[in-house]
Amino acid sequence: MRYVDEFRDGTLARGIADRVAHEVRPDRSYRFMEFCGGHTHAIARYGVVDLLPAQVRMIHGPGCPVCVLPVGRIDNAIALALQHRVTLCTYADTLRVPASGKTSLLRAKAAGADVRMVYAASDALRIAREHPQREVVFFAIGFETTTPATALVLLEAERAGLGNFSVFCNHVLTPAAIAAILEAPRGAAAPALDGFVGPAHVSCVIGSAPYEPFAAKYAKPVVIAGFEPLDVMQAVRMLVRQVNEGRHEVENEYTRAVTRGGNARAIAAMAETFEPRPTFEWRGLGEVAGSALRIRDRFRRFDAEARYGIVYRPVPEPKGCECGAILRGAKSPSDCRLFGTVCTPENPVGSCMVSSEGSCAAWYGYGRFRDAARTA
Amino acid sequence: MNAREKAYVRPVDFRDGRVDMSHGAGGRAMAQLVDELFLAALDNPWLRKLNDQACFAPPAGRLVITTDSHVVTPLVFAGGDIGSLSVHGTINDVAMAGARPLYLTAGFILEEGFPLGELRRIVESMAAASREAGVPVVAGDTKVVEKGKGDGVFITTTGVGVVPDGVEISAERARPGDAVLVSGTLGDHGVAILSKRANLDFETPIRSDTAALHGLVAAMVEAAPAIRCLRDPTRGGLAATLNEFAQASGAGFRIRERALPIKPEVHAACEFLGLDPLNVANEGKLVAVCAPDDAAKLLAAMRAHPLGRDAALIGEVVEDPQRFVQMETRLGGWRIVDWLTGEQLPRIC
Repeated sequence: MRYVDEFRDGTLARGIADRVAHEVRPDRSYRFMEFCGGHTHAIARYGVVDLLPAQVRMIHGPGCPVCVLPVGRIDNAIALALQHRVTLCTYADTLRVPASGKTSLLRAKAAGADVRMVYAASDALRIAREHPQREVVFFAIGFETTTPATALVLLEAERAGLGNFSVFCNHVLTPAAIAAILEAPRGAAAPALDGFVGPAHVSCVIGSAPYEPFAAKYAKPVVIAGFEPLDVMQAVRMLVRQVNEGRHEVENEYTRAVTRGGNARAIAAMAETFEPRPTFEWRGLGEVAGSALRIRDRFRRFDAEARYGIVYRPVPEPKGCECGAILRGAKSPSDCRLFGTVCTPENPVGSCMVSSEGSCAAWYGYGRFRDAARTA
Repeated sequence: MNAREKAYVRPVDFRDGRVDMSHGAGGRAMAQLVDELFLAALDNPWLRKLNDQACFAPPAGRLVITTDSHVVTPLVFAGGDIGSLSVHGTINDVAMAGARPLYLTAGFILEEGFPLGELRRIVESMAAASREAGVPVVAGDTKVVEKGKGDGVFITTTGVGVVPDGVEISAERARPGDAVLVSGTLGDHGVAILSKRANLDFETPIRSDTAALHGLVAAMVEAAPAIRCLRDPTRGGLAATLNEFAQASGAGFRIRERALPIKPEVHAACEFLGLDPLNVANEGKLVAVCAPDDAAKLLAAMRAHPLGRDAALIGEVVEDPQRFVQMETRLGGWRIVDWLTGEQLPRIC
């Protein structure tokens, strides 16, 4: 397939691998965090680590929208569906995230709640139009990748004057989260990191400029990379060079899609409909100031939080679950006692085991043979 | 009234008629539907007797029996429908023991209100598939459930076959060093079905690969009677079949992504739906495991058959107490090929 196969080519991969191996200094290690679940998934699915030299260690970041959503927010969504009896529409993986009291949206659905899986925010709007007698709520999650689509349905709902549609907004912001990783929340030790593989799809929307203050303040290089395995390998090579040369710049490997300024129309639509929340709880990172969006007052009648008086209550992590430390990059999936025993993709305890972009699910589904090889 | 003259009976209305509760109630309406639809389409000496069972002499060799329920949506898809699928699926399950399929039975669960014309098309498709395969449907049953209690038509088929002496095909027989082959391109059926599901409607030239594989299996057994394992990778795709082999045999499997036959259209559809073609269902493909010395002649026999033209050697069985199925990726790295988790859902980001 054109424009895809080229970025998974084994011969090119060996070429980049040879150059990385040649450029790494034998006397030091390079610890890079790939922020996005898309990168985590690509690294695991294509076995990228098999091609990287031993000095390079990839650490998985929190960039998985389903993983960072705190349990309390899923509880809110379940209450909307079960107690307020709304038609709740959301993206697929969200359905399987374990909530309080052994529930999940999937189980609420089995118990009779009207929960629908949608592929796009506009599908939720369509359901509202087709069922004017139903209250339809779009449970909006995700980074800047999915936010513009939610912005557009809010604008459309306003234009059409839809009375039975609202959005439960849980959109979060990437640059604030990257900074939070290095700020080491709640007294936990910050992971020692030498640089970041920056987001692909998020950066298509916001551009590369928003990472510049971060790179300067924390003196960490950022290389924005596409989600194909060769993109990741090339980004690693660029990061190794920056480290070797003592630079900490924002570089863009993904020039075929990302510009410095991003997508102006998407940014404008987001600015028109959303404003930053003072603070938002992230799984793993805790409360992070200015890290999420809420719906502007102009669209208040489409804001499910106002409409249904949603009150957020924090919920402690399941006992023994290391999702928090794993999302911060402080631990790896196999450091968790529950990994692969109590917690599996079929019966996930923590959110990182739910989404295919979660670190635990990626390691379980693609990489866990390496644990066996290590202990053998 | 002259008792010798057969009274006029209004024929079943296949143009505008719909299934109603009387079609399953055991009365005249049911007898008429059996006569004008099932018997007319599937006609053979066993059915014609209208007994509640079919009688036949047991053949020499060991008997094989299997059963399979079919609940596919949509009922009609590119390359087939629930009728042909219910014949092929069960014939294939019989054939994967290395057996020659002999007879089928079919149980229909019909939903009240289902158009009789559509039912006739499905039964005729079933009859055509059965004739083409040379495996008659010798007994059947029809039930009707109230509207809302079914999804149009469900079909359960049971198959009986016979395995020649000396053929021992079973999942636990895979041994380290054995060769692993597939009979053709992967994922065609699943993608053809998915493309017609609500919310996912997309244009694709992909057709289901639904086919009866007993002819291919007969050719394979003749070329290499010592084949160790055969299975058709239906739900869960190649990944599920290899993991089943690994669990049953206590060995590991290693395959090469570069060797897997996958159509570019299927690859593209999986790419934008966020699916792994290794998890996608097939209905006319098989996976075979054989001793390394048999691999070349088995592959040649498969490729010589029309249903095995794209057959390929994809990997081998290895010693692995963990029973992992691993794959060398196109990129040159390694990964696990795991069972599918939950339903196939697209990624969102």
